[in-house]
Amino acid sequence: MKTIKEKHSLAMRWCHWVNFPILTIMIWSGMLIYWANDTYTFSLFGHTFFRFFPDWFYRALKIPAHLAEGMAFHFLFMWFFTLNGVLYILYTIISGEWRELVPNRHSFKEAWLVLLHDLHIRKMAPPQKKYNAAQRIAYTAIIIMGIGSVVTGLAIYKPVQFYYLTWLCGGYHFARIIHFILTLGYVFFFVIHIVQVILAGWKNFSSVISGFEVVNEPAKPAIQHTNDEQAS
Amino acid sequence: MSKQAKKPKKELTIEQKINRRNFISFASFTVLAGGAYGGWRWLYKSPEEAAGGITGGTRKPLRKALNKTELFFRRVFSDNHLVKTYPKEMAVKGARVNSDIGIEAKKKFDPATWKLNVVKKGGEVLQVSLQEIMALPKTEIVYDFKCVEGWDEIQHWAGVKFIDFIKHFKLDEYTKMEYVGMETPDKAYYVGIDMPSAIHPQTLLAYEMSDKPLQLQHGAPLRLIIPVKYGIKNLKRIGTITFSNTRPRDYWAEEGYDYYSGL
Repeated sequence: MKTIKEKHSLAMRWCHWVNFPILTIMIWSGMLIYWANDTYTFSLFGHTFFRFFPDWFYRALKIPAHLAEGMAFHFLFMWFFTLNGVLYILYTIISGEWRELVPNRHSFKEAWLVLLHDLHIRKMAPPQKKYNAAQRIAYTAIIIMGIGSVVTGLAIYKPVQFYYLTWLCGGYHFARIIHFILTLGYVFFFVIHIVQVILAGWKNFSSVISGFEVVNEPAKPAIQHTNDEQAS
Repeated sequence: MSKQAKKPKKELTIEQKINRRNFISFASFTVLAGGAYGGWRWLYKSPEEAAGGITGGTRKPLRKALNKTELFFRRVFSDNHLVKTYPKEMAVKGARVNSDIGIEAKKKFDPATWKLNVVKKGGEVLQVSLQEIMALPKTEIVYDFKCVEGWDEIQHWAGVKFIDFIKHFKLDEYTKMEYVGMETPDKAYYVGIDMPSAIHPQTLLAYEMSDKPLQLQHGAPLRLIIPVKYGIKNLKRIGTITFSNTRPRDYWAEEGYDYYSGL
């Protein structure tokens, strides 16, 4: 028999779907800003493998020469990004949902098993509650990354007024580098996330919109027996 | 009212419940997503500020947001929040020259006859020579100059604190006004600075860089060094200083940048 199994709270779904377009705008406007001083490369032993970003990439996304526009968008949507994140964190704390999200002492070992399972190296996945160990780590990491983006962002946005944040982030340069790497991290997260969502299928995706999943449970007998009767 | 007794509501079947909840959630999702997309189109396509204003070059709602954000961050501004300073050895020898608007080399300019014009109430102009300014207590600063483009450089500057200049020339009453305006002698480059930032203890009228007299491309004879602002506010070759309660015109604020541009 089909039953409705509650899965995702309205608050979680709201924060998730609000965050998606906001983060997209933040990454886009951030690239408009970064372009004006695009000094980062990926180098190893003196050899530069990759420059952030190649000209074709800039041209394809129409990034060059929009610094003022990028700043204007970035400094408006930073409020929504922060507010949405604060709401989500408060919600998970107050509702107690953090217990399902924060990795526990088994998570790091189990996450490895989940990875092996997902890569079809291992047959069995470790038992899980709402989120598996890998998800716990990923969904907690992404929140810490969000906090990191706000803190490093403030450190480079107002390095005089929030000098202690700039100091905490290892200085103006390092704060900008962390801010940039975190953004690369979101893109990486996004790619993995999309692949996993596709693999998990429609039912799983649908539950992040509707909040519930339909599960098939064996039909219960119409008359409830007492334990004694059942035992007999 | 109907006399017939209401039929007792039939319990929905599980199938009906599923369909109903799916319909409500997916319909809400679609409406909200459509609304968000519409909101974005509205913002992205919203008209630019009218030309000829104090600020320009950006969409009206975004300018409004920049101004509101300024109000918020003005609240955390404090004279006690100082820009980090460094030992002299860490400063670059020749600072980066990023712009020559208003001080182009081809433009005729004679530093020897230059005087700073301070416009006082009633249009009276106080003229100050470089010698008079250099006679005031000298303040040095080695700090990380930050450009709005994202680069920064540790530079060494020396001059008179703006607040010392104000006090020496008995201009104290003007610090009660909201803004200071500065322009190049040819009026091609101009900035507006809120008073708290202008009288911040690290704001200098600089006439030396790296222990040497200021060079023309760096803004000789006298330039503004205001570490609590991005480089765009650090006007080179000051010709005129004005005071006002409304925003003075500002070169980069007309080009879509934040008027405040504070750090």
